[in-house]
Amino acid sequence: MKELIIISGKGGTGKTSIVASLANIFDNKVLADCDVDAADLHLILNPDFKIKKEFWSGKTAYIYKDKCTQCSKCQELCRFDAISANFAIDKIACEGCGVCAYFCPQDAIDMRENLAGHVFLSNTVHGSMVHAKLGAGEDNSGKLVTEVRKHAKQKAEENNIPLILVDGPPGIGCPVIASITGADNILIVTEPTLSSLHDLERVVNLANYFHIKPFVCINKIDINPSKVSEIVEKCAELEIEIIGKIPYDEDITKAQVKKQSIVEFNQESQAAKEIISMANELKRRLNI
Amino acid sequence: MQISIASGKGGTGKTTIATNLAYFLKKQNKTVTLLDCDVEEPNCHLFLHPTWTSTEKSTSKIPLVNMSKCIKCGRCGDICHFGAIANIKDTVLVFPELCHGCGGCSIVCPTGAITESEKEIGDVQTGTADGLEIVQGLLKVGEPMSPPLIRSVKKYANTDDEFVIVDCPPGTSCPVIESLKNSDFILLITEPTPFGLNDLKLAVDVVNELKIPFAVGINRSTIGDSTVWDYCKEQNIPIILEIPHDRHIARAYSEGILLLKALPQYEEKFADILEHIKEVLPS
Amino acid sequence: MKIAISATGNDLCSTLDARFGRTSQFIIYDLDNDSYISVDNEQNLTSAQGAGIQSAQTIIKAEAEAVITGNVGPNAFRTLTAGNVDIYLGTGLTVQEAIDKFKNGTLQKASGNNVEGHWM
Repeated sequence: MKELIIISGKGGTGKTSIVASLANIFDNKVLADCDVDAADLHLILNPDFKIKKEFWSGKTAYIYKDKCTQCSKCQELCRFDAISANFAIDKIACEGCGVCAYFCPQDAIDMRENLAGHVFLSNTVHGSMVHAKLGAGEDNSGKLVTEVRKHAKQKAEENNIPLILVDGPPGIGCPVIASITGADNILIVTEPTLSSLHDLERVVNLANYFHIKPFVCINKIDINPSKVSEIVEKCAELEIEIIGKIPYDEDITKAQVKKQSIVEFNQESQAAKEIISMANELKRRLNI
Repeated sequence: MQISIASGKGGTGKTTIATNLAYFLKKQNKTVTLLDCDVEEPNCHLFLHPTWTSTEKSTSKIPLVNMSKCIKCGRCGDICHFGAIANIKDTVLVFPELCHGCGGCSIVCPTGAITESEKEIGDVQTGTADGLEIVQGLLKVGEPMSPPLIRSVKKYANTDDEFVIVDCPPGTSCPVIESLKNSDFILLITEPTPFGLNDLKLAVDVVNELKIPFAVGINRSTIGDSTVWDYCKEQNIPIILEIPHDRHIARAYSEGILLLKALPQYEEKFADILEHIKEVLPS
Repeated sequence: MKIAISATGNDLCSTLDARFGRTSQFIIYDLDNDSYISVDNEQNLTSAQGAGIQSAQTIIKAEAEAVITGNVGPNAFRTLTAGNVDIYLGTGLTVQEAIDKFKNGTLQKASGNNVEGHWM
């Protein structure tokens, strides 16, 4: 079983649009949306949200007002400024470390488990899909990503499916690390802008840190041809292969508005053709 | 006044708005600090070319165990909710990447065997560009936890400044919340597409939870469909900025040229943002 | 001497689970009297990381002096080493086969972690 994770460093380079197209092109796969902070893949693939699982994670302190003598020990010990002057817990600031509860002389503080989001096991016309929604302002998105990947793996193993196609989160922090660790294949979607070039290097360093050799695809190549050459040079220097160059195409936005991928919306468009040829390249490389 | 620029979706133009707003304010002779809190991928510097005047290591606390004082009572392992300290046979192991720096183990240790040392999580760089103060965090590659670094960046905000502009990371989870804290006003940037709308709704949920006044800015307003306007109207959310899709903007952006330097005709848009904020925040 | 084997089931016919931190159970096999018990590998984690450390603690508590598993990350390796547990690597074996190979000394002993830290 192979896992292909699509990430980008910088957000908004076109990860999800590309994953939606690949979902259309690849035959037998499980889909996973690991951008649990701001999941969008379901907007195109229209999953049925068949099974909804609660995701409990982390803890938050709770003060029993009747037991609390306002001795302020908890305020002194909390390093996250999570206990207000009138002894209310700031749920967002609370890290769940439990130090306040442990040392409260009145035993007036409980640590309560958080319902931090939901995982969905769905069906789409392109196969099974695992996706999630993190509660507003919840932390631990890395752990939710891990849950999504775990369910996707289970699904693939149960049904003997050779590929998991993963839409990853932007950045290089906790959710990205959770998305790529233990994976065998990464596709980085970049675009010819100075910002994206800068972020590309950081995300490649992250992949190297986990000993994974990524592929690169350059999206919206006609924004700035000279930046395309800079990306090509940078990739050569980093010894990374570019396996796709996709032009900017207004049809991509039009397709999104119609809740379709570009390969469904207009297979004859230049962008669709390039994505199809990249998909064939990926099939060859991953041997799927 | 702290104005934060955020969005659920990445790549909507947060950095463009944050850098140009800061630049515009500075041009109006205001005192301004720009905080780049997108510490995973800080990009404001690419448009402002600051001269960095200082770089400080940002650290987070981790326990340091003196085994000669340890009586192997096991309390440090018991109190840790993160599995970052473990009592194994004759020794105590510390796992720095799991540690949240709460200090529980060092407080609970009855013999004072646990003190605290520091682990590096990234750099905080400060600099200036044309009189504009810029502070950015740069997360160490491979370090999962960015909120402590964001906290350090925010400590550098000069409270005497008339304006502090915060460029937030994308998304809706802990790093975003940390960046938005103490804002007087939040501007959520989106695009008029199904993805943009979906992610805007998620961001609105978070901002509502924080109870901070906010408005929406629509970037590339001439693409996509009208559903973002419909949603904002229905929710009574003011739209205080619309920037059209313009190849010249995309081009300047790709080169790392500040929008208002390349296309000064857009200055008016930023003046409008300030007008609106003045109206909703009387002080 | 007791040895632990990461396993997908609770008897000797079940297969060795290549995962150390996320294995569902460990077979604790007593070489002195050829008896065994199975131990659930319960995880109680706030973060997505740290499973290997907890697994290591579980088998140290069960007094195993060696473990046979597929992959060990750096944190699990540190914890097992501190607990004086030797690590042997195997794949594609049943628990019984792993024990036999251990007995006749044909399993490879790990001198360091063989995978990077991971959150799965």
